[in-house]
Amino acid sequence: MHTSSTLTEHTADRGRAGHVPGLAHHFDDLAQQRQAGTLGMWAFLITEVMFFGGMFTAYAYYRYRYPAAFAAGSAHLDVTLGTINTAVLIGSSLTMVLAVHAAQLGRNRDIVRFFLMTIGLGLVFLVIKAFEYGHKWRDHLVPGRHFRWHGDGGGGPVQLFYSLYFAMTGMHALHMVIGMALIGVLAVMAGRGRFTPQNHNAVENIGLYWHFVDVIWIFLFPLLYLLGVHT
Amino acid sequence: MTTLPYSSPPTELNYLNVRYTLASWLLSVDHKRIAILYLLTITFFFALGGIFAVLIRMDLATPSPDLVTSETYNKLFTMHGVAMVFFFLIPGVPAVFGNFLVPMMIGARDLAFPRLNLLSWYIFATGGLFTLTSMVLGGVDTGWTFYTPYSSTYANTHVISAALGIFLTGFSSILTGLNFLVTIHTMRAPGMTWFKMPLFIWAHYATSIIILLGTPVVAIAIVLVFIERVFRIGIFDPALGGDPILFQHLFWFYSHPAVYIMILPSMGIVSELVTCFSRRRIFGYKFVAMSSVLIAVIGFLVWGHHMFVSGQGMYASLVFSYLSFFVAIPSAVKVFNWTATLYKGSISYHAPMLYVFGFVGLFTIGGLTGLFLANLGLDVHVHDTYFVVAHFHYIMVGGVIMAYMGGLHFWWPKMTGRLYSEGWARLGALIIFVGFNLTFFPQFLLGYLGMPRRYHYYPEEFQVLNVMSSAGATILGVGYLIPIVYLVWSLRWGPVAGPNPWGAKGLEWQTSSPPPTENFETTPVVTEEPYAYEEDAEVAVAH
Amino acid sequence: MRIPNPILLDFRLVPEDASTIAARTDALYAFLVAVAVFFSALVFILVTVFAVKYRRRPGVKAAPTGHGHLLLEVTWIVIPFILVMIMFVWGAKLFIRIRQPPPDAMEINVVARQWMWKLQHPNGRREINELHVPAGVPVRLRMVSEDVIHSFYVPAFRLKQDVLPGTYMSLWFEPTKPGEYHLFCAEYCGMEHAGMKGRVVVMEPEEYQKWLTAGPPVQSMADAGRELFVTRAGCQSCHSPTSGGRGPDLAGVYGRRRELNDGRSVLADESYLRESILRPDSHLLAGYGDRSLMPPYLGQLSEDDVIQLIAYIKSLPRNGAARADAASVRDQAPPAPAATRPAES
Repeated sequence: MHTSSTLTEHTADRGRAGHVPGLAHHFDDLAQQRQAGTLGMWAFLITEVMFFGGMFTAYAYYRYRYPAAFAAGSAHLDVTLGTINTAVLIGSSLTMVLAVHAAQLGRNRDIVRFFLMTIGLGLVFLVIKAFEYGHKWRDHLVPGRHFRWHGDGGGGPVQLFYSLYFAMTGMHALHMVIGMALIGVLAVMAGRGRFTPQNHNAVENIGLYWHFVDVIWIFLFPLLYLLGVHT
Repeated sequence: MTTLPYSSPPTELNYLNVRYTLASWLLSVDHKRIAILYLLTITFFFALGGIFAVLIRMDLATPSPDLVTSETYNKLFTMHGVAMVFFFLIPGVPAVFGNFLVPMMIGARDLAFPRLNLLSWYIFATGGLFTLTSMVLGGVDTGWTFYTPYSSTYANTHVISAALGIFLTGFSSILTGLNFLVTIHTMRAPGMTWFKMPLFIWAHYATSIIILLGTPVVAIAIVLVFIERVFRIGIFDPALGGDPILFQHLFWFYSHPAVYIMILPSMGIVSELVTCFSRRRIFGYKFVAMSSVLIAVIGFLVWGHHMFVSGQGMYASLVFSYLSFFVAIPSAVKVFNWTATLYKGSISYHAPMLYVFGFVGLFTIGGLTGLFLANLGLDVHVHDTYFVVAHFHYIMVGGVIMAYMGGLHFWWPKMTGRLYSEGWARLGALIIFVGFNLTFFPQFLLGYLGMPRRYHYYPEEFQVLNVMSSAGATILGVGYLIPIVYLVWSLRWGPVAGPNPWGAKGLEWQTSSPPPTENFETTPVVTEEPYAYEEDAEVAVAH
Repeated sequence: MRIPNPILLDFRLVPEDASTIAARTDALYAFLVAVAVFFSALVFILVTVFAVKYRRRPGVKAAPTGHGHLLLEVTWIVIPFILVMIMFVWGAKLFIRIRQPPPDAMEINVVARQWMWKLQHPNGRREINELHVPAGVPVRLRMVSEDVIHSFYVPAFRLKQDVLPGTYMSLWFEPTKPGEYHLFCAEYCGMEHAGMKGRVVVMEPEEYQKWLTAGPPVQSMADAGRELFVTRAGCQSCHSPTSGGRGPDLAGVYGRRRELNDGRSVLADESYLRESILRPDSHLLAGYGDRSLMPPYLGQLSEDDVIQLIAYIKSLPRNGAARADAASVRDQAPPAPAATRPAES
């Protein structure tokens, strides 16, 4: 490949632009850095879709195979708590949108405030989820040796339903915990006034991630709690 | 080797001599240093997998179970597969050469996310430690495919730590793939349009797509096996109504494309080398580039061809077989284009080029025998026999490792600044080629004769071919030891390579060897198509 | 141990040919070998010739590659495409033949477990790691595993089929040549995987008949199933015309389509019967309410038991005459031997 050592206008900017605050050494400018960050987050979310996709596939397949058992298992989930949690999570997405908006304006104190609200709503979600898990434990609906099923549908496939229920909601909760930890880190950075209207890519990316986690729940909720309950 | 006298180590700062402390290596975010960390790690696992292979072949030299017990034998082939597939072949080319070269070939200073890159090595190493732990504690005996319900319910070996290890390396390769994808998209040097990218970059682009889409699925499959074992619940357990075939679908959805994760970057290496050593522009650039992308796409639609006799429905099998044959077309396109590149070239027989010849021949056989397995009626007979073993070793050892060795010899002067002994290198390549064929060709015959794979002992009529295979393995083993010796030797005593010992055209050769930490003194500007060898007035090669 | 023959007198490249499928598989194999050899040779020869002819020489430059070799590219796309499509069609036709048993095939049951093959002939004769079959008669194996996945593989027949836990797999073949052939487990199944082998003995049909009736008298599978049905499993108390419709009458159920209460309809094949016995809730019949009154037999019955029960259910004729018979055997315990069983037609 032929290369030229004479730099064009454009490449003159491609020097080691260490003086731009927040610009990593290997990027040419903030626009490139931002583009890379955003693309990276989208690519990561695609891998997440595939990750959850595997479980959704398993769920869909077994649901098709054992419709009665899955409907029976589903009927034992607490729709009220599930609905409250859905509302809580949508609320947290709203506060996240506000945090991103604050970042675009460079208002670091607002970012901190909305981040803390997001974390708070996330905690509410997890506490409610923990109560739900507790009820399942008490009712011997946690798969494994202590699993007991006295209702319709035959024990095996119902246990399969609960295995997938715990695997899917557990993975979702794990993603929330990771998200909340990252939001916490960014909140500290915002507290130090790190984000500017030009450079707040991290806030936008955590926003994307949080919305993604939210969307996963929007799929999980009807699939696990609602589908087949009234048929 | 006569033109360049031995001289003292280069005095200017490069990525190797910028700092010497252990911490400066373990905390480095320089893609080149991380590539070296990967090189050391995967070489370790390659050696480990190789030792297991030698033990397997020694045991199989006689029909009776004499060297090890059946339990140990099962652990040996499992750990051979796990070490080789997950810790050598999949990360091999991308994590070593991809890490080192992707930024340099596109004129960037580093990958888009250097810290993520370091993190991915740590995750890889942690995964490796978990897997090693399971080996040290007594091993795992499920086969590298971890088929349920054997792996989830019946095996009483260390499946959990091995599964965790594999899950972690998968995560590591996701981060690497993500890094490549973003880097290739956003950080190309001015003037490097998509169709001016080296084919090595195209191959890594296609590979990244496969990694991002496939790896998460095997990750979840492994997680489910993990959960099933730890909590004694049944997701794939037929006793609870679970379906073990579902695991196979999830597993092969990734693990078939994983073959392309291995072979596509290797094909990228071959495209770089074949042009350099025949001093010719690649024949059919766009066809070679697009065939990589096509292989990546079709590769996702063919996983069911591993399951023709597993109980998969007949119509599903028909569709998977039909689609599988399509992979043959882009693969054939590549082979023919490489061959055509040689035509009227100015071909030299340097060690990397010998590996290219080896690759083209062995990959052709490996690819063509793949047609036997994609073929429904024939697969019923040869599935899960030594025919399959021979086929995938022709692709993985004959293809991937040949290309890996070719790449290692080609870029060794760039990575270390030193030249190795060309004579020993050619000898090593020759021995590997001979040993390889003697090891694996008899296995095609064994397979058609009906010897099942993963057999610790076998009927006597299979012995002659097994002895040939074991003899070949000895030669192959020697072939792999030779490069270790002269490459290590070259680090201290090899002649200084200079920036471009092969007279190659890639951007990575436009900077000093070893390159400085930020790769280029000034950012290169690309004005020409790749592989513009024909403009050179005279060929300037070191030796 | 026999010392291996040093002059390879016995050396062969294909296994023995002992089924109607084998010659077809070999023909397809020959075609693929021919294609593979042709293209490998083409590539090897071209690479070698180019490497020698265009080796680097001082003062000789490579000719420019140029652009636009569309015709050549299209050629080497189209020719492989045509060839692989021939391969696909040929292989698919063979596969469809392999997957479709003739309706009159004789049935033999196979239960696989770590690490043995248990086989049972319809007249009740059992064998382990050996399968005796008559030449010239299509045989269909109904196979299930008690633990992990195994695979029934007879190289001389060029046939294999994975044997799964939890569902029936079938494999059919028609042996052509009397003799003894290897039977292997081809799917890795644990410690003694390599030891899970046996032999298939193909006999002349009359010898097979002799073999079948030799040995101590045994209960036929249908009879054993009937005994279970009436006594130990207690199916009779609900599944008979006199049980007041608590459960469906099973006469003639096999091979019929069943309407389920969720609107689907499924074919009552062997897998359906197996599922319905072990997990009655998996297929709720239309007209029998939202939940099954029948307890699940999973864990109560062995795979062997289920096979005998299915053999019995299959033996029940479709017409109404059987009903009275089924009722009449209820009180017969122990059940009558096969010879004195009430006629069912």
